[in-house]
Amino acid sequence: MAVKLKQLLALGVVVLTTAALAWAGSDAQPKAKGAPQPVITKAVKGEQCVEPTEFMRRNHMDVLDGHRDKTVIEGIRTKKYSLKECINCHASEKTGSVAAAKDDFCISCHSYASVKIDCFECHSTKPKGSIAMHPLNAETAHLKHKLAANTRTTVSAEDMAGVAK
Amino acid sequence: MSEQNKNSDNAVVSPERRRFISAATATAAGLTIAPGVMLYEVAHGRPEEQAASSAVRWGMMVDATKCATGCDDCVTACNTENGLTPVAESAHPRQAPQWIRKLELQDPLTQMETNLPMMCQHCAEPPCVDVCPTGASFKRADGLVLVNRHTCIGCRYCMMACPYKARSLVHESLNDTQKPDVPRGIGCVESCTFCVQKIDRGDGTTACVEACTASGHNALVFGDMNDPESEISKKLRELPTKQVRADLNLNLGVRYHGI
Amino acid sequence: MASITFREVEGSSPKFWMLFGALGLFVLFGALAWNTMHHYGHVVTGMDNQIVWGLPHVFAVFLIVAASGALNVASIASVFNKPMYKPLAPLSAILALALMLGGLLILVLDLGRSDRLIVAMTHFNFKSMFTWNVFLYSGFFALVGVYLWTMLDRTVKTYSKAAGTAAFIWRLTLTTGTGSLFGFLIARELYGTAMLAPMFIIMSFAYGLAIYLMVLAAAYAWTGRTLGDAVMMRLKSLLVVFVAAVLYFVVVQHLTNLYFAKYHAVETFILRDGGIFTFLFWVGHIALGCIAPLVILLSRLGKQRNWIMIACALVIAGGFAQMYVTIIGAQAFPLDMFPGLTEKSSFFDGEVNSYTPSMPELFLGLGGVAIALLVTTFAVKVLRLLPVTLDDETVAKLEH
Repeated sequence: MAVKLKQLLALGVVVLTTAALAWAGSDAQPKAKGAPQPVITKAVKGEQCVEPTEFMRRNHMDVLDGHRDKTVIEGIRTKKYSLKECINCHASEKTGSVAAAKDDFCISCHSYASVKIDCFECHSTKPKGSIAMHPLNAETAHLKHKLAANTRTTVSAEDMAGVAK
Repeated sequence: MSEQNKNSDNAVVSPERRRFISAATATAAGLTIAPGVMLYEVAHGRPEEQAASSAVRWGMMVDATKCATGCDDCVTACNTENGLTPVAESAHPRQAPQWIRKLELQDPLTQMETNLPMMCQHCAEPPCVDVCPTGASFKRADGLVLVNRHTCIGCRYCMMACPYKARSLVHESLNDTQKPDVPRGIGCVESCTFCVQKIDRGDGTTACVEACTASGHNALVFGDMNDPESEISKKLRELPTKQVRADLNLNLGVRYHGI
Repeated sequence: MASITFREVEGSSPKFWMLFGALGLFVLFGALAWNTMHHYGHVVTGMDNQIVWGLPHVFAVFLIVAASGALNVASIASVFNKPMYKPLAPLSAILALALMLGGLLILVLDLGRSDRLIVAMTHFNFKSMFTWNVFLYSGFFALVGVYLWTMLDRTVKTYSKAAGTAAFIWRLTLTTGTGSLFGFLIARELYGTAMLAPMFIIMSFAYGLAIYLMVLAAAYAWTGRTLGDAVMMRLKSLLVVFVAAVLYFVVVQHLTNLYFAKYHAVETFILRDGGIFTFLFWVGHIALGCIAPLVILLSRLGKQRNWIMIACALVIAGGFAQMYVTIIGAQAFPLDMFPGLTEKSSFFDGEVNSYTPSMPELFLGLGGVAIALLVTTFAVKVLRLLPVTLDDETVAKLEH
């Protein structure tokens, strides 16, 4: 009896997941391990973030938090840890935004980890000017091979579990 | 290939465009003489890692005698700079935020008419800061009265307390129409910031003042009221000015001449 | 002194569950209303940048004021040692808690960022009357909770007087704080006066007692328990004093304002030209909310149970009208930035602001009222709050 119930439940889960994926238009989703993985597109410009990737994955919220208070209250507008700079580098080349589409840099992970993000109720998700017009972008235009290569990595479920911890 | 890629190719092949971009960058940031070393020539530019200082008090002088009837260039400039939808285009005009507005005054007895812009007066003793339960409404060291939207809970008590009706609540989602330099959003209260993003950039002026000067009216002067040599300090010494609702003794950052 | 038996109400009749269900339905509507407001923003409400506090605040402030007033019956029993009020005390305390809960829920769910309530609980600006109110409200829950415990648990009964006194002092401070929310505002003519604090206290006495009387009578009538005239007549007389005091304060406030030329415009607005606000002031607050109940309670009609209930309902309705005028009327009148000059702008300066409450606001407010009544209904079912009888004989024994 219990086994049957479990089977039924499992079947239900599979059907629902498939339906959800189909509904979400899952063609862009990598299908490793059956669950949709967050898509992490390499930043358009720059080789390295202000901190090691591993550190940023776990601590970006804390450094952003600290920086925002300095900026808003004291008027210190240094670039390191500034959300604007995150957006400048990580805005998707397709949407020009970090949070417009479900594959965009911030949304991709946050929806995977199901952590609500309310930065963009107030902050623009796009860099100043269009992504190509951005002055820093012109300086780093030699990195255009990256754009062409359309570099994308996926994060493993273990990685995400580590971040969630 | 996407549109953006084509554009960035352009940026590489066109030296003219590249020059334009770097010139624009240099103007915005000050003068670069060596990597990492900047000369800040612009009025009151401060290094980006330096906090706003109480040695400065930003203020504005409004010469109501020069403020033209029917001209709302300051309002338009404010909307453009700060990403506000003009009230005329809003689907909900009574709920649309307005940071600066043109006020038409008339003395019913003498029929004397006066025109002036009204906005946050950046009080030294701001009632909105006093009443804010979370401290989200605050006065920055250099005199700007701002809202920290990270801690604003949208209680609107500051709007009840402001004698100048300077504050607005954002009543609906802005759907990513914000300017990257001017975060603002649903459920939070906001008001004129004296273009804090421009001040921190070292512009030393505000969008409304630039627009007023550009239109040739020159009714607005902006600057450091603590610096006796600044244009605004000199003007304030020359011309008689008043504070709106001076009876409240709030020590305003905006002074009016000709009211 | 005779002892009084308290017992839970049975709460199993279809009528009880209907009441429970109906209140639950309104709570549900309130939740849906909040969800709508939270999802779309305040654009779905009638509130705007002119009328920044609307109907939810009328409901919330009314309930918070009434909550502290509802505690009065208990205070009279333990602080002023009136044995007759002792059996009435537990209901008084639970009603105070329930009304406070309802009012606070409305207040926090109306916030522009109600999802950030935690910010309000972790960031404090001690110059703000709002911050002080956060502590006053939390303290009220704690103190009245302890007070209720001392009344229900025999082992801690000896602390009842101490707890009751603490709760009484706290509630006076709390209503002072509520009144000062408006009293400490410099911008508007009708606020910014120390008068508001004592006026809110006396209003809380009246509104809280009126609600208490109605809930008490309903509870006894619907459960078939006996509620004697002795109790009703005593509480009724108390209500007369409170309502008369409210009238006194309102008259003094407006007379004072009328003496000052700078207040003439706003007084003319409220008293004569304010349309709905003038109507609510004269008809709602003064005529129906103060004079009519006084006439009923002081005349022979006041000896009949039904008329006492009508008088209580009128005091409550008058209280709502008063809150509407105090909160919204004061905002409807334009700010006078340039005294003596007329003002015109795209931001509606110099205009009398109109306000039409929307459905979500109304249901959010009613949801708060429903929560308060639901909590009370549930509490009398699970806790021994109501004496099995309050007939005249039992009550008379208490006094000797």
